[in-house]
Amino acid sequence: MAPTRARATIHTSFLLLLLVIFLSCDLLDRIIASSGEASEEEFTEELLLKPLPDKKILAHFHFQSTVPPSDSIGHHHHLFPKAIAQLVKKFHIRELELSFTQGRWNYESWGGSDPMSNINAKPPGVEMWAVFDLPVNDINESWKGLTHALSGIFCSSVNFLESSTAYSAPHWGLRTNSSSMRYGALPREAVCTENLTPWLKLLPCRDKAGLASLLDRPSIYKSYYHSQRLQLFSSDASGIILDQTLTVVLQPNVQRNGMPNSYDRFLQPNWSIMSMFKKKVTGQCALAKASSIFIELEDGLATELEKLGAGESWNNLAFDLSVAPDRVIKEHNSMEGKSSSILYEFKVVKYSKYEPLDVGIKWKLPLVWSCPEAPFHARRFLMGSGNERGSIAFSLQPTQSRDQFLSDSHKCTVRAVIFQVVPWYVKVYYHTLQIFIDGRSVPVVDVVEKISVSPSEDKVSPGSLQMMLRFPCDMNSTALAMDFDKGFLHIDEYPPDANQGFDIPSAVVSFPDFYSSRSYLEGNCLKHPPLLLKLQKRTVLQSYTEVLLVPLTTPDFSMPYNVITFTCTVLALYFGSLLNALRRRIGEEERLLKSKDSKQVGLIPRLLSKLKGRTLESHQSSSGSTASSKPGAKWLFKVIFVAIFAVLWHYYSNID
Amino acid sequence: MALTRRRYWAMAVGSVILRLLFICFSEDLNLGFRPEVATPVTSLRRLAEGYWLKNSSMSPYSGSMYHGSPLLLPVLGPLTVNRVKGLPAHLFCSLIFVIVDFVTAMLIRATGQKLMSTYHRSLQLLNLSCVQETAGHTHVGDLASLIFLWNPFTIITCAGSSTSPIDNLMIVLSIYGACSGLSSLASFGWVVSTHLSLYPAILVIPVILLLGYGPDAPPSKLFFLKKSNESGGSCPKDKTCSEQKSKEESHIRNFCWRPVLFFILWSLIWSSYILFLSFISLKEFGGLSEMVKKTHGFILNVEDLSPNIGVFWYFFAEVFEFFRSFFLIVFHINILFMLVPLVIRLRHRPCFLAFVYIAIMSMLKSYPSVGDSALYLGLLGLFANELAEMRFSFFLLCGYVGISLLSPVMHNLWIWRGTGNANFYFATGIAYASLQTVLIVECVSTILKHDRMLRNKLTT
Repeated sequence: MAPTRARATIHTSFLLLLLVIFLSCDLLDRIIASSGEASEEEFTEELLLKPLPDKKILAHFHFQSTVPPSDSIGHHHHLFPKAIAQLVKKFHIRELELSFTQGRWNYESWGGSDPMSNINAKPPGVEMWAVFDLPVNDINESWKGLTHALSGIFCSSVNFLESSTAYSAPHWGLRTNSSSMRYGALPREAVCTENLTPWLKLLPCRDKAGLASLLDRPSIYKSYYHSQRLQLFSSDASGIILDQTLTVVLQPNVQRNGMPNSYDRFLQPNWSIMSMFKKKVTGQCALAKASSIFIELEDGLATELEKLGAGESWNNLAFDLSVAPDRVIKEHNSMEGKSSSILYEFKVVKYSKYEPLDVGIKWKLPLVWSCPEAPFHARRFLMGSGNERGSIAFSLQPTQSRDQFLSDSHKCTVRAVIFQVVPWYVKVYYHTLQIFIDGRSVPVVDVVEKISVSPSEDKVSPGSLQMMLRFPCDMNSTALAMDFDKGFLHIDEYPPDANQGFDIPSAVVSFPDFYSSRSYLEGNCLKHPPLLLKLQKRTVLQSYTEVLLVPLTTPDFSMPYNVITFTCTVLALYFGSLLNALRRRIGEEERLLKSKDSKQVGLIPRLLSKLKGRTLESHQSSSGSTASSKPGAKWLFKVIFVAIFAVLWHYYSNID
Repeated sequence: MALTRRRYWAMAVGSVILRLLFICFSEDLNLGFRPEVATPVTSLRRLAEGYWLKNSSMSPYSGSMYHGSPLLLPVLGPLTVNRVKGLPAHLFCSLIFVIVDFVTAMLIRATGQKLMSTYHRSLQLLNLSCVQETAGHTHVGDLASLIFLWNPFTIITCAGSSTSPIDNLMIVLSIYGACSGLSSLASFGWVVSTHLSLYPAILVIPVILLLGYGPDAPPSKLFFLKKSNESGGSCPKDKTCSEQKSKEESHIRNFCWRPVLFFILWSLIWSSYILFLSFISLKEFGGLSEMVKKTHGFILNVEDLSPNIGVFWYFFAEVFEFFRSFFLIVFHINILFMLVPLVIRLRHRPCFLAFVYIAIMSMLKSYPSVGDSALYLGLLGLFANELAEMRFSFFLLCGYVGISLLSPVMHNLWIWRGTGNANFYFATGIAYASLQTVLIVECVSTILKHDRMLRNKLTT
């Protein structure tokens, strides 16, 4: 029996061992797999600097975090911000863009058709849109939750977009078209450092190391324009891609020694990272896969350089770069008759605390160039005076660069899409739409190719207009005008400074016939820097119009009680006097008057007589006393009755 | 006072010509934008917007623009789109409104003639022709229709592109139908006017009384009194005797149920017909529930707080949200509260009762306009004989003139110049409401006094 038992135990232990090995292998596999996945979480940081024609500098920070698709999204992450991953998972977000902007992008001098301005120019205040992966009925609920979550994350009033009067559901008016999209904007949101700090917290190194350490708050908030953006793409195939960008337009301090001469006036200001951000780059964020700084020279500037024969080297006739670039990249397939833009790349990897990087430009020759503008410049303004009604007008005017976009500008037509959201208190009469081309009124059907309107409902939803226009290319101006009535709000609905007026968010004007892209790279390899891939992407040209300020009339905020009492008095006057007129029976009154004893004296004459010192006859007073004793008893009875009633009432109401 | 036929027609045509002149310049006058003329319910611009929305295959009620009847859209909608170059935008609509105004005036005239004949007959029955001679025998129909036609309120409403002339026509149609005993016409007018602006629903009481008793007459008590006086010699105290006699001889004041039943039947038919038509026109959209919510619900809820000549807009802009529903109920109940006391005292004068109801309605409705005042001021002429001894008539006239001059000034100061504030305009609204109150109360007490006077004449 014994050996068999021993054999059996060996058997079982062997089996157990096998099982353990098998299980541990499986576990190990899983661990390896998960760690492998985790290692695919990536973070890159980039900074693009670009001199602008009006002696300002554009600094564009771009941070990208990616997470591959996995079941564990939202549970544990190495680099990717957990808050964002949980948001995506909870609210089923496909795409999201949230921007906080202060200042207005100057389309004339900072460019409108290059990818940098096309993608990164945003309307003032907060703009947010999101595409959800949900059935249509659940989207609004999800949007509300999302706005609250984001307002918590970014310390902002994004939660005001929760109200149904603040967001709309465009179907085709924007660049991204989806039926499950929601769009909202808060033009008056003040953007400040309290929004930037939580935004930086999403980065793996925060602002302690890497390029983000350059974000010196005073220099950013001193800028002419800054826009802080968060963009999110999520799909089952590629996981989540989070792009965080910060675009700043700065005026560098002019540091020139010696007497200024006329020559200096046209000279671009010399600048360096140190002069702009008061810091140098002391190495990359240790967690970043790649970290680089680019200096971009616009094609207009490159043409000027070519004219001078300066070439594309980093120290030439026109300017000197303070540091030798690691790579010089030229734009491919640029338009004919123009030089291609130049990009100087600096790898941050090579630099450290002891050998900081301070990229800068020192100009030697004055250069004048212009930025690539969009073919048409869109503007929006208000017409009319007074606080009762007005009109909203759009104007589209060709810019100098129209001919570059249109090969044959005589026999073609151009399409433009206008998307605009108006709050409910601006009640637009869509039937009053008028279109003028070159100052002449044109029938609406000739120009409007497609229009969809969702009219505003009082205190429920804003009005939104999506309109596709088709007009001849050679027009000199196109103008649209629509009448509106100004609404009157309840006193509680006015914001604290009601007399300042109300903002209408920017309209979006896009030109589906024109695209912007700038390809610095051959092919579409994923190894390339994400920023350059972004610039390479073909996107529809789009620009934002100005925010409009609509003054509304205000009621008197101090008067609610007076108004209530006056109105109720008038109603009481009506009710009382009419009822009195109906109740009166003239015949009976006449009879009463006749039968009335002349002895009976009214209350007021009696009081008057008392005041006069009882000079009236004594017999009247004696008769009066007998008359008044009876009413006195009656009065007493009434008072007691009311008191008993009150006591009982109090007693019974206290029992409950 | 009596107008010759020729002079009457000359004046009527003159008023029409004046309207046409106003229409020619309506573009410069901008009357369609005035808060006194166009309310959110009656504005023709909003109707045009509703028509545009419907043509773009959206519900005309989507958004908060249109609050009128869906049946007005196919009638007036195409006319708002048709434009002749060089002529005012809403020319065709305005021409229709001129015709509507004229028809209304003619119906008022016909009603007045009916009232006159009944008045004379009843006075003759009471042997009180002397009253007729002393009080003068104005042709009330002519007078009322001329007042209606020449009233500046009516003229600016007509030229100012608002749909209230149609509402007024329907109300007058209903009263005329009831006066002449045409149940179907009365019910048509009543149903359509209720459908258009809800408030005329309360006119069902005077219309039923009109159909049951016939037009205004002195209180039935006087007839009994007369009978008892006449038969006083034969049987002074015998009640049965006098009752029998009155039943035999004066059967004018008996309530006849036949026309009333017809009225109810016709009302059912007309309302189902109108609901059916509305249903057809809104089939693809929200259906009838949306229509009720956006028309009658909008009237009852006072959602639009834009200024008008009433007092509710400012009240509901200022009142605390917590009390809103309470005051909504109180204000609307105020109209209903007065119905019963007025019926009790004025049941022998259903036409006058209708006038008082219309005046109360136009004072307490949520979006009043001068078009409503125009109607009751026109109807006021119908009772010129009875109201000859009204007090404060000069004061009231001055009040109306003063308010209609001050109100636009205050509106201009507040909205356009920004130098005044909302209280300025609201004050004129309050004054206007008080003025209307005084008018209503004085009219009612004068009529009661008139009846008393008749009684005194009869007994002495």
